[in-house]
Amino acid sequence: MTDVLTQPRPIRLKGRSFLALALTPELPFADWLRRLDDLAARSAGFFLRRPVVLDVEGLDIDRAELRELVDQLNARNVRVMGIEGARSSLLGPDMPPAMTDGRPAADIEAPEKASAEPVEAAEPVMSAPPVAATPVQTTPSLVVSRPVRSGQSIFFPEGDVTIIGSVASGAEIVAGGSIHIYGPLRGRALAGSTGNASARIFCRKLEAELIAIDGFYKTADDMEPELRGKPGQVWLEGETIKAATLG
Amino acid sequence: MGKVIVVTSGKGGVGKTTSSAALGAALAQNGEKVVVVDFDVGLRNLDLVMGAERRVVYDLVNVIQGEAKLTQALIRDKRLESLYLLPASQTRDKDNLTPEGVEKVIAALKNAFDWVICDSPAGIERGATLAMRHADVAIVVTNPEVSSVRDSDRIIGLLDSKTLKAENGERIEKHLLLTRYDAVRAERGDMLKVDDVLEILSIPLLGIIPESMDVLRASNVGAPVTLADGRSAPALAYFEATRRLKGETLPVTIPGDKRSFLGKIFGRKAA
Repeated sequence: MTDVLTQPRPIRLKGRSFLALALTPELPFADWLRRLDDLAARSAGFFLRRPVVLDVEGLDIDRAELRELVDQLNARNVRVMGIEGARSSLLGPDMPPAMTDGRPAADIEAPEKASAEPVEAAEPVMSAPPVAATPVQTTPSLVVSRPVRSGQSIFFPEGDVTIIGSVASGAEIVAGGSIHIYGPLRGRALAGSTGNASARIFCRKLEAELIAIDGFYKTADDMEPELRGKPGQVWLEGETIKAATLG
Repeated sequence: MGKVIVVTSGKGGVGKTTSSAALGAALAQNGEKVVVVDFDVGLRNLDLVMGAERRVVYDLVNVIQGEAKLTQALIRDKRLESLYLLPASQTRDKDNLTPEGVEKVIAALKNAFDWVICDSPAGIERGATLAMRHADVAIVVTNPEVSSVRDSDRIIGLLDSKTLKAENGERIEKHLLLTRYDAVRAERGDMLKVDDVLEILSIPLLGIIPESMDVLRASNVGAPVTLADGRSAPALAYFEATRRLKGETLPVTIPGDKRSFLGKIFGRKAA
């Protein structure tokens, strides 16, 4: 047999962050598991298909107990993809891998909180690969101090865009954050384009052809005619685009 | 060193060629040396409007391709001896206009003339971008109507990004020439008003040319309107625009004031 792949293509290794649900079990595990069952009973499939990381930081347990806990969770269809805060002696090749340097993210809401505090389902971590925890990040902004003409496109997924001047019919502003226009908006404005539902659009004169926030859009035809030509702001409420006059 | 002016609009049929010829003739009537260059390769009209169609031998493409000297291609106007025309080719493809060739021709013209007026073709393709490329001043010809205004806005965007001046970080001087303006119809709301157009385009106003039969009549006899009938309303408006172009500050009057006054009365009665 001839070895065809004498020069095999290198395997591509890439780092990527994912959002995982971090579970913080408490001792005694039996009680904690009961509360978990309670939560699971109230919302079937809450843990299904969600990557879960077990945070055992500060728990005085041995390897057998941890092994038992993971098995119990597996039995409840909670798939543990990694364990955080465990001494290396607690882990083995038959256990989920260790995870470190998790970065806190926004809380994931547990389905309808019951009287007895259910599981600390919050505190998800960013996992594999570890990212150096960054301090407070400022969002960049872009300021354009001349009119945006028809056919021109301002694309700034990193943050807010401020236009000092008009946005002409046939021009387009795409921002990851909010859009502020100190002039008439006659073209298109697409705010929160990278999935930011809290982004807004502000302008001195609302005559837009199209406005969009986080992918939800409205054309000029769908906009309230009484807002036309007035200073206005546009925001997203649920899945509805709302607009109102300003000032 | 002469000044290079591009007369452009984006949209066709708004009056670029008429305005190029009229402004060229108006400047030349003051004794300044003027050349009007037709960039509309394949659809040349400037020779007709200037009444030189029967004297065209060589054209812009011939000069660029090295088939003729610049002096051979330039046509002197029969009425004004300081007015010249550099015609476009009617038979060649517009791809024959090369950036290097255009640069050479414009540089040579700038040395020999006080004003080089480039009559741009409609659209935003090669011909239009090459016509504006070397301009010091742009005259944006616009009709008081939404599609023309939007196209002009597009052209202003290109003037601010694709011209040599813009690429060097300078701002190209831009002026709005509102043509085919009909005060009665604007008053009635059939046309955009001057203020609406100015608000959208936000560039200084060079002049307002009234819609007039005089323009058509002048084109048909092959004379720029400023030469054919110097006392007609459009001619007077072009003369005023020329003075503003040379730096004078004149208040812009809306031509046909009498008609606009009547229009106001009729407009109210109809409402």
